[in-house]
Amino acid sequence: MSILDDTAVELSEKIKKGEIKVREAVEAVFAVIDQKEALLNCYVTLEKEKALKRAEEVQAGIDAGELTGPLAGVPFAIKDNLCTEGTLTTCSSKILENFVPTYSAEAVINLEKAGAVIIGKTNMDEFAMGSTTETSYYGVTRNPRNTDHVPGGSSGGSAAAVAAGECFAALGSDTGGSIRQPASYCGVVGMKPTYGTVSRYGLIAYGSSLDQIGPLTKDVRDLATVLETIASYDAKDSTSMKRDTDFTSALVEDVAGMRIGIPRDYFGEGLDPEVKQAVLSAAEVLKAKGAVVEEFDLSLVEYAIPTYYTIAAAEASSNLERFDGVKYGYRTKGVEDLHAMYKKTRSEGFGPEVKRRIMLGSFVLSSGYYDAYYLKALRVKALIKKAFDDAFSKYDMILGPVAPTTAPKLGESLSDPLKMYLGDIYTISVNLAGLPALSVPCGVDQKGLPIGVQLIGDCFQEKKLIRAAYTYECAVKGD
Amino acid sequence: MGKQYETVIGLEVHIELATKTKIFCGCSTAFGGAPNTHTCPVCTGMPGSLPVLNKQVVEYAVGVGLATNCSITQYCKFDRKNYFYPDNPQNYQISQLYLPVCHDGYVEIETEGGVRKVGIHEIHMEEDAGKLIHDDWEDCSLVDYNRSGVPLIEIVSEPDMRSAEEVIAYLEKLRMIVQYLGASDCKLQEGSMRADVNLSVREAGSEKLGTRTEMKNLNSFRAIARAIEGERERQIELLEAGKDVLQETRRWDDAKECSYPMRSKEDAQDYRYFPDPDLVPVYISEEWLEQIKASQPEFRTEKMKRYKEEYDIPDYDIEIITGSKRMADLFEETTALCGQPKKVSNWLMVETLRLLKENGLEPQDIGFSAQHLAALITLVDRKVINSSVAKEVFEVMSREDVDPVKYVEEKGLKTVNDEGALKKTIEEILAANPQSVEDYRNGKEKAIGFLVGQTMKAMKGKADPAGVNALLREALSK
Repeated sequence: MSILDDTAVELSEKIKKGEIKVREAVEAVFAVIDQKEALLNCYVTLEKEKALKRAEEVQAGIDAGELTGPLAGVPFAIKDNLCTEGTLTTCSSKILENFVPTYSAEAVINLEKAGAVIIGKTNMDEFAMGSTTETSYYGVTRNPRNTDHVPGGSSGGSAAAVAAGECFAALGSDTGGSIRQPASYCGVVGMKPTYGTVSRYGLIAYGSSLDQIGPLTKDVRDLATVLETIASYDAKDSTSMKRDTDFTSALVEDVAGMRIGIPRDYFGEGLDPEVKQAVLSAAEVLKAKGAVVEEFDLSLVEYAIPTYYTIAAAEASSNLERFDGVKYGYRTKGVEDLHAMYKKTRSEGFGPEVKRRIMLGSFVLSSGYYDAYYLKALRVKALIKKAFDDAFSKYDMILGPVAPTTAPKLGESLSDPLKMYLGDIYTISVNLAGLPALSVPCGVDQKGLPIGVQLIGDCFQEKKLIRAAYTYECAVKGD
Repeated sequence: MGKQYETVIGLEVHIELATKTKIFCGCSTAFGGAPNTHTCPVCTGMPGSLPVLNKQVVEYAVGVGLATNCSITQYCKFDRKNYFYPDNPQNYQISQLYLPVCHDGYVEIETEGGVRKVGIHEIHMEEDAGKLIHDDWEDCSLVDYNRSGVPLIEIVSEPDMRSAEEVIAYLEKLRMIVQYLGASDCKLQEGSMRADVNLSVREAGSEKLGTRTEMKNLNSFRAIARAIEGERERQIELLEAGKDVLQETRRWDDAKECSYPMRSKEDAQDYRYFPDPDLVPVYISEEWLEQIKASQPEFRTEKMKRYKEEYDIPDYDIEIITGSKRMADLFEETTALCGQPKKVSNWLMVETLRLLKENGLEPQDIGFSAQHLAALITLVDRKVINSSVAKEVFEVMSREDVDPVKYVEEKGLKTVNDEGALKKTIEEILAANPQSVEDYRNGKEKAIGFLVGQTMKAMKGKADPAGVNALLREALSK
């Protein structure tokens, strides 16, 4: 059995026991990368030399007994919208093709303090706008489970890297499903924590009020461990929360009496029957373990997509204004006048999906339309939150699909952006309500493509989700 | 007979707050400094950086709001104002549109026609932009973000002013309030106080407001007064000629005494304001509000009343001294040290104001400390130096804030109390000036003045002029 089959926590244990060196773990990962990366394209930037140098430092820290945490020595991949000091950070966009930050995201700093070894920056949909990782300026990423299919997105590179063994665990970001959906498509575990749990400092913003950083991992134990490591109150992020972060304490095989609600609205038209079957089977497993499972009507589900695309696009249109060719990043050549420089730089620097959302966002914020679109969307957002509040007065969590289908074929989605947007139906309301939700693998379809089941919890109730997911995972493994 | 016109003026006043650090990051707000040295990822708009509100900004803004009789918005928010310009690193300015921190207040100003109220529409908090510097040599523009993120409040008045005099009175009132609060030094020349003038004219008696223009780049009270006069005349000329006033922003050129259009309503930008999702709403609790109220300073009216009771100085002195927080502070501190309010007041009213005027300075530029002024007063009281030497020392003190005791010692400026030496000098002076001696003896009283002057000169000023006078008379009567 190869160390590549180990989870992140297992690997770190072996390293701390001295059974394997950090350097060997990093080299093992790069051996996989050498073999698969040309086809998969999980990474925008690989930092082999830095990683090997860092491996020696971490090894010294472990040997000296200074690094004792559960992730010490583990090779990690970081989504390319998280700033990494001294390493190119592009958001998979041409406009940041040469941007090297002088600071690291708080979540990255937390990982490094815990002894993680960062090996590279993963591919994504440009500025996290997309659901397939096909809008990247640096080429598509392929799904390791079937390379004719997309890995999902926008954290597709991170999900694919974990699934392919090109790293042991990864960080992604989730604005409307961007961790959970690629986790589901690639057959790994992924979680979007409660808004405010992980500092957004150093995360290049897409939709600030919806963005959260979260883990993509091989199993639920790794997920809880990574989340526990990256979660922190950060005075640099005004939306950061002081809260409990002992997520690994929830790695308990027990769902007895847990009340699980299944929203009928999530199982209607458009849901692939194979996905439906796999998700409902997962519910049956939890029921067999003692959970109380029942159906209910969540309501307002059909309003989530228009609300999300109004708010996220509005915030994005403003967040992306700073990419103007003046201070950093790509600047066009041969233009004299300032405004011509802005226009040409941004026309050349952004891809079509980003431009579409900037235009949509600028429109909904423009004078005369603000009330009708943006303000109305904020009101609907509040109503959606209330619908969840009502649900959580009855249930400990909500169980449903992550996405209506398994991973589509490469090229299928881009021709019809509206269809792509509709694919986010089960994930985006979670971001609108600021809730935690995770995706855990629950089977494959006839083509062998993975299916994920989504567990959604009330604010700050990550531990319930982790407990249920862990119980499910143990039950399925035992089969 | 021509029509009579009324001028209607409203002001937008920007004031840079005197916080140590910027509004959304920990960088220094100090003026000057090499370009881009007071910067960090936040105030240079780097990707992934996030703003965190400096609470002192809220406290200053609320303090100004309370002092201008405003209602305080206890649940207020910051909004993004989106526009592309290189001095604005994020290409949006964090400001307040929908829920400004203070609203619906007023200040009272003294005018020829008595006391008038000028309404305050709102006060909001926002961040300043960086500075663009055009390099003609290289033909490129450079940007300095040291000022980017320096906190500002914008005080928006109602269109309640009718003349340049009222505008100046309003600005002086605001400046006084803000300086008393210690919220800003309010220097127009350095840009820590900036006023944009919204002006329209209408026929006297008309209720309907005319089309207004906004005037920018007004760097002194004089420029403001001239711009108002100029704009009033320009608008009246247009109306008299049967033309329309265009709603536009104009830039005042004080050297040429005229204004130029900057942008018109047609190309007005859509700022796409929306609440900044990176900042949480500001909740000013009752408790916090009470704390701010409790720490409000003594303002001018209360101070004037107290001075009248506490110090025996004329109303005129009180009026002048309390006209500036710096003067009032200096007065109180010096008096506490030397216990002579009238003498302190005299130094401030006469010599200090004269020197400020001569050097074109403001009271906040006063260079000497209360300790040194008190020491100087004591030196004169104890007759260690005479009053003309004291004036000399004071001038040096104003420039360099030297310790007068040391300075007098080092420069040998003490009054000579050696009567023998003085008598000897007087004998020499009388011998050298027989004509004056004769004039005096013939009843020309004025001649004594000349002889005193000559003696003082010979003594290099270090004698007590009254003593010299007495000794001279004594010698001449012999």
